[in-house]
Amino acid sequence: MQNRTLETGVGLFLLAGILALLLLALRVSGLTASATNDSYKLYAYFDNSAGLTVRAKVTMAGVTIGKVTAIDLDRDTFTGRVTMEVQKGVNNLPIDSTASILTAGLLGEKYIGISVGGDDKLLKDGSTIHDTQSALVLEDLIGKFLMNTVSKDAK
Amino acid sequence: MRRKSLMDRVRLMGRAAIDIVAVLGRSGIFLVHALLGRGGIGGGFQLLVRQLYSVGVMSLAIIVVSGVFIGMVLSLQGFSILAKYGSEQAVGQMVALTLLRELGPVVTALLFAGRAGSALTAEIGNMKSTEQLSSLEMIGVDPLKYIVAPRLWAGFISLPLLAMIFSVVGIWGGSWVAVDWLGVYEGSFWANMQNSVSFSDDVLNGVIKSVVFAFVVTWIAVFQGYDCEPTSEGISRATTKTVVYASLAVLGLDFILTALMFGDF
Repeated sequence: MQNRTLETGVGLFLLAGILALLLLALRVSGLTASATNDSYKLYAYFDNSAGLTVRAKVTMAGVTIGKVTAIDLDRDTFTGRVTMEVQKGVNNLPIDSTASILTAGLLGEKYIGISVGGDDKLLKDGSTIHDTQSALVLEDLIGKFLMNTVSKDAK
Repeated sequence: MRRKSLMDRVRLMGRAAIDIVAVLGRSGIFLVHALLGRGGIGGGFQLLVRQLYSVGVMSLAIIVVSGVFIGMVLSLQGFSILAKYGSEQAVGQMVALTLLRELGPVVTALLFAGRAGSALTAEIGNMKSTEQLSSLEMIGVDPLKYIVAPRLWAGFISLPLLAMIFSVVGIWGGSWVAVDWLGVYEGSFWANMQNSVSFSDDVLNGVIKSVVFAFVVTWIAVFQGYDCEPTSEGISRATTKTVVYASLAVLGLDFILTALMFGDF
C-alpha cells in the first residue's frame, strides 16, 4: 500500500515534468509541428531593412500570414534581400503587391506588411515582390527635419 | 604557536594541492563505479522510485512556491522599468527569457542543493558513521550499487524536471501579475513571448543547463556523504561542504555555459 502511493507520486511528478516541457514548447516558444510544409517562399529587396529580424511576422490587413526566415545582403545591388514564408492558404496575392517594413507602436518590433495589388498574375513560390518600402529610420527622419529647419533659417 | 619555517609552509601548500587532486580522483573513480559498476542500479526499479520520491517529489513544494514568487517579482520589476519606455507589453518576453535561460536552471539547482543535496549527504554520511555501509559490504552487498547509484540517478532525473516546472510556474506567476493585476494586454503578452522565445535556442539550452547542474550537484552531494569523516562533526562539515561547493559549482558553470550558448563567439 505504501509502495503504491509512492509510485503514484513519482508518476505524477514525471508527468508534471513532461507536461511542463510541452507547455514550454507550445505555449511559450510557440512551436508548431506543421509550420514547415504548408508555406511558400517569397523574396523582397529593400533599400534598408534596419531593425527587421528573422522570425518577424508578415501581415496583410493586420492578419499574420507568415514570417521572415532569412535576411541577407544582395551583393550586386547592395540591397537587403528578405526571404519570407507565407502560408499556402494565402496563394492569391497579385504580382504587383507591395511589401513595406512597418513598426508595431513607436518603439515596437519591426514587421512586414503586404498591401494587395491589382494585377491578374499571382505571386508563386520563389517569386519576388518588386514594389517595396524600406524601414523608417528615426535618425534619417531627424536628419531631414534638422536640414529643413537649417535651410529655413538660412533664407 | 610554533613558528613555521618557509620550507614548512611550502610543504603544506604542496600537501594541500595533492589532497585536492586526490579528492578529485577519488570522486571520479567513485562516480564511474557507481554509474557503470556491475550492471547499473541494484534492486532495480523499486529503489529508484523510492529515491525519486524523496529527492524529486518532496522538492516540488519549495520549487513551485519559489517559482511563483520569482516570476511575480520579475514581472513587477520588469513592468516598472519597461513602462518608462512605453513598452510594457514586452514584459512577457522578458520574464520568459530570464526564466528559461538563467533563473529556471540556476535557482532550481541552488534550491535543490539546499533541499535535496544536503539531505543526501547527511543520510549517506549517517549510514557511514553507524557502519551500515560497511555491514552491507560484509554481507556481500555493494553499497555503491544499492545506496549510491539509485540516489545519483534520482538526482539526474529530477532536477531537469524540477527546472522545467519552475519555469512554467514562474511564467504563470509573471502573467498573473502582468496581465491580471497590472493590466498588460493578454494577447500582446503571449504573442511577444512566442515571437522572441525559440524552442531550440532558449528552451533546450535551459534544459541542457539543468542537466549539467543535476549531474554536478548530485555528484557533489552523494560523494561528500560517502567520503565524510564518520563522526557527527564530520557529517555536519560534509553537509556544509555540499551546499557551498554545489552552489559555487552551479554559479561558475552557469557563466561558462551561458558564454558558450549565448555568447556568440
